[in-house]
Amino acid sequence: MEVALQVQDITVRYGGFTALDQIRLELARHTTLGLVGESGSGKSTLARVIAGLITPDEGQLLLGAEPLGKKRSKAQHKQIQMIFQNPDSSLNPRHTVRQILAEALLFHRIVERSQVERRSKELLSRVQLDAKSLDRYPHEFSGGQRQRIAIARALSVEPSLLIADEPTSALDVSVQRSVLELFHTLQAELNLTMLFISHDLGVIHAVSDTVAVMRQGQLVEVNSKDEFFVRPQHEYSRELLSAVPKMPQY
Amino acid sequence: MTIQPVLELEELTLAAPSTEILVNSISFSLERGESLGLVGESGSGKSLTLRAILGLLPRGVEQTGGVVRSKVSSAMVFQDPRGALDPLCPVVKQLTEVVYYRQRTSLKAARRIALELLERLGLPASLKTKDRYPGQLSGGQCQRVVIALALACKPGILLCDEPTTALDVTVQRQIIDTITSLQQELGFAMVFVTHNLAIAANLCSRLVVMKQGRIIEQGETHSLLRHPAEAYTQMLMDSVLPLPELEGGGVSWK
Ligand SMILES: Nc1ncnc2c1ncn2[C@@H]1O[C@H](COP(=O)(O)OP(=O)(O)OP(=O)(O)O)[C@@H](O)[C@H]1O
Ligand SMILES: Nc1ncnc2c1ncn2[C@@H]1O[C@H](COP(=O)(O)OP(=O)(O)OP(=O)(O)O)[C@@H](O)[C@H]1O
Ligand SMILES: [Mg+2]
Ligand SMILES: [Mg+2]
Repeated sequence: MEVALQVQDITVRYGGFTALDQIRLELARHTTLGLVGESGSGKSTLARVIAGLITPDEGQLLLGAEPLGKKRSKAQHKQIQMIFQNPDSSLNPRHTVRQILAEALLFHRIVERSQVERRSKELLSRVQLDAKSLDRYPHEFSGGQRQRIAIARALSVEPSLLIADEPTSALDVSVQRSVLELFHTLQAELNLTMLFISHDLGVIHAVSDTVAVMRQGQLVEVNSKDEFFVRPQHEYSRELLSAVPKMPQY
Repeated sequence: MTIQPVLELEELTLAAPSTEILVNSISFSLERGESLGLVGESGSGKSLTLRAILGLLPRGVEQTGGVVRSKVSSAMVFQDPRGALDPLCPVVKQLTEVVYYRQRTSLKAARRIALELLERLGLPASLKTKDRYPGQLSGGQCQRVVIALALACKPGILLCDEPTTALDVTVQRQIIDTITSLQQELGFAMVFVTHNLAIAANLCSRLVVMKQGRIIEQGETHSLLRHPAEAYTQMLMDSVLPLPELEGGGVSWK
């Protein structure tokens, strides 16, 4: 199996606090790795290291065979896109949705200027937003709608690795399902490899091929999805799985 | 029923001047000590409804019709705990100030009440001797502080807007258990907004289902879930994603 990304002994410290402790992980090409774990265990920190937003104190990253250095090229930046827990951090509040999408499309030369409008509308319809949304500003949307705009923006540059940090936690279940289906379709169409972080184990089950579990800065389990949900190896994984709220059975 | 509701919404309508109606003539009521679940699709108006109850509508949104009648005060727990805390003020100090102003006690008594609340919410005992900034607490701990801040106002109604979506499921469960036991003890009523119908079903005795700014269905939780009148409600139920059975079982929800 071809490896899309290798995380090699990554350590990150915030002052004296070790947020990531020698993380070693591989992402197989065209698969989705679901990352779960304790609040504050370092999942977002790992995502930020991979996206190039944090320089690790130790360890290195390989994208394919290429090491990702401190300063990434424009092409390397395009290859790895991230959707954040909080959509507001990736949406400029002073730009309309039209400007937000156009900027990404033009900066990475995804389409000609004349095609920007058409592509922007396509992207919006993929995330089930009306074309009328183009002229509105982020604050005029609900939380879930803003997250869909952020997803459209990240997908617009056609990355090879998509990191999604809690992308659906602000979405209600009906939209969540359609966004998950969207991820499936796009994964096939754009040959995406995904790192998908979520506290919702139902979502992780729906999207992942492999599941990784973090606790206190360490990776405590990496397992195939089917094994993880039925026979987790680590006691903490079992604790997580038994705390999932369930629908009453009538 | 002869019980007086603590909150009544009668044909509440909210709109932004430039756009269409956002919340359209919704009515429901809440009894003392009751937990009501507000569920519905993204953008259906759940957060705006809570804000109208709190009397704090965002800029550009106005109440254009109906009434909100409430005999008691309300306090709100927001989805993003870090955003609701002052990052530059240590948490015990923040809570002490709220107790001092809202409960009109002496500063010394306020601090004692604050520490008691934090302890009851399961925050580290070390806060007594060494206060911490929000950035030095985990997301789950911050959310407990936010709940303490809301409870320090001694609200008759606690409004919760997706308070646990950002937290891992073990912490989510601890917080929901904490809210439930405090509710039994203190007797406040609660409106709980969530997109997770499984949480709503476990926590709330009544459900209100919203779609595009309107209430499409409401009723007692179990009869509503047993016989949903609307296909939309059924769809919400069906889309709670199933998990395979854990081998060897686990501790289950009540
Ligand atoms: N800039 C920072 N300075 C100091 N500590 C930080 C900083 N950012 C994060 N931390 C700490 O590092 C740890 C890991 O944080 P991170 O955000 O990666 O956790 P997470 O697993 O994403 O949690 P959650 O599930 O709540 O999103 C936490 O204890 C957090 O308090
Ligand atoms: N300040 C505002 N100005 C104009 N429209 C707004 C404003 N705030 C919210 N809206 C609109 O009002 C509608 C209801 O928003 P609200 O935030 O109440 O939705 P919600 O049910 O909480 O959704 P979510 O589950 O995504 O948080 C949405 O269509 C949104 O676009
Ligand atoms: Mg995180
Ligand atoms: Mg909302």
